[in-house]
Amino acid sequence: MLDGRSQVRRKVGLRLWLSGGWLLLLVLAALFAPLLSPHNPLEQDLFLGRMPPFWEQGAEPGFYLGTDSLGRDVLARILYGARIALIVALVAGGLTGLIGSTLGLLAGYLRGWVDVVISRLIDIWMAFPPILFSILLIAVLGPGLLSIIIAIVVIDWTRFARVIRAEAMAQGAMDYSASARVAGRRRLSTMVIEILPNVLPTIVVLLTLEMGIAVIVEAILSFVNLSISTDDPTWGGMISEGRASIHQAWWVMVFPLVTLFLTVLSFSQLGEGLKDRFDPVLR
Amino acid sequence: MSYLKISNLDVRLAGTPMRLLRDVSLTVKSGEVHGLVGESGAGKSMIGKAVLGILPRATEIVGGSIELDGVDLLALSPREHRYRLGQSCALIPQDPLTALNPSRRIAPQITDRLTNILGWEAKRARDRAIELLDEVHIPDPERVMRSYPHELSGGMRQRILIASAFAAEPKLIVADEPTTALDVTVQKQILKLIKEMQQRHDTALLFVTHDLGVVSKICQSLSVLYAGKVVESTDVRSFFDEPAHAYSRALLAATPKYTDPEASLMPVPEAVIAAVKAEVEAADKSWKHD
Repeated sequence: MLDGRSQVRRKVGLRLWLSGGWLLLLVLAALFAPLLSPHNPLEQDLFLGRMPPFWEQGAEPGFYLGTDSLGRDVLARILYGARIALIVALVAGGLTGLIGSTLGLLAGYLRGWVDVVISRLIDIWMAFPPILFSILLIAVLGPGLLSIIIAIVVIDWTRFARVIRAEAMAQGAMDYSASARVAGRRRLSTMVIEILPNVLPTIVVLLTLEMGIAVIVEAILSFVNLSISTDDPTWGGMISEGRASIHQAWWVMVFPLVTLFLTVLSFSQLGEGLKDRFDPVLR
Repeated sequence: MSYLKISNLDVRLAGTPMRLLRDVSLTVKSGEVHGLVGESGAGKSMIGKAVLGILPRATEIVGGSIELDGVDLLALSPREHRYRLGQSCALIPQDPLTALNPSRRIAPQITDRLTNILGWEAKRARDRAIELLDEVHIPDPERVMRSYPHELSGGMRQRILIASAFAAEPKLIVADEPTTALDVTVQKQILKLIKEMQQRHDTALLFVTHDLGVVSKICQSLSVLYAGKVVESTDVRSFFDEPAHAYSRALLAATPKYTDPEASLMPVPEAVIAAVKAEVEAADKSWKHD
């Protein structure tokens, strides 16, 4: 019989190339920051303060994207900032996804009292204003990378739990899960083997969105000076510092802002592209 | 010798006095095909689901027993229930489009039961699955085993579900309107296939349908349901020759005739519906449950 599958190769698509390419670039930047970076991101030189980027008049050679008001190299700080941004995105995003999806799956598939408990917890949780909640958390935990990660996980697991719960409910109502039960599968094993593969595409999309959100939350917390010590280069911290001198030195704020924007956009586009490839019908 | 014996089964909407199955009793002999007919919402599928232990969450069984080969299923622990059911019962579901997991290949969906419940090794289960696919007339079983459900047509999927239902040589199969979701031309083939498989494997079949024509072709006995109550339970011949209950007679009269396609459809008369409703209500009066 003719099998056309081998001839149908879905193209990776511009979206996946661009978003994946940008993120790969960031990963490389984060990994090899010490090699790539022309300067020490913490090194100050007050004589070289607010130097413009290379194409403008009065640029200092070697400082491609200019310097901030303390004379620190903007490019170096963006490269090192990628480290923190990516660690937060991967660890916080991953943990949020793991905890949120597990609870959502349990609530949506098992229903009954498990669902009642988890759903009420979600309702209560979502009544807190998220940014204030995270500021409060950081205030209690003290600033630092770990605190940021904990804050993001604690605030955002509901995002996964809600969506995955609804998805698991819909899948659980399908005949195939009933068939699996009649064929003698345990409830939990039905959940993992039958239901999970079908909610996985949704989890992947949410995960990439969450990674973008994690980067933004970290930037917001840096912006309000609650992230990591102000010396450590973070995109949010740079945006915050650049804001003060936006009229004298726009580049201090604009370059990290554009980097942040592209990164968050790439994460969400990557998710969309991956969803299509994960879908068994479109695969 | 009856294989499945349902006695006085009462199911209601959980926590409410709303009855879904009213004092249902019926028996299915080994190797016999028993039809369950009635209007939409009469509780046909509900009986099948109760037997298989997959009633929706919002319902609860409040009385009666379901005996399978002399063992009351409702008295078993969940674990024993799972094993007994997995070994002796199977389901041919209504909608082949949702009854196969879209994210898994066909092979494990057929062999799961063999390896999980019967403890077969993978190789043997796989050979058996291919043999079964061959038996339900699927060309190139090897390729189908590697396929995902969306790569196959509705009729193919229903064949696979039938093969999968017979995989563990069950003693009883619940077929929940197995042809309703299919194209009319495919329906006939599938029906023929189910009958062929049922006879070859000597399996008892609880056949849920609203098509009396199908019942006359495939079933030996049947139960007519109205509002969750069995109004008549008899063998097929006496049902078609002289139905005992007024509602059965009206239902038979309402079936379109192939011999006279011009004749207008006869609805079940109001008076008959009123009478059967009164009967159900009278039965409800004597029914007391918390």
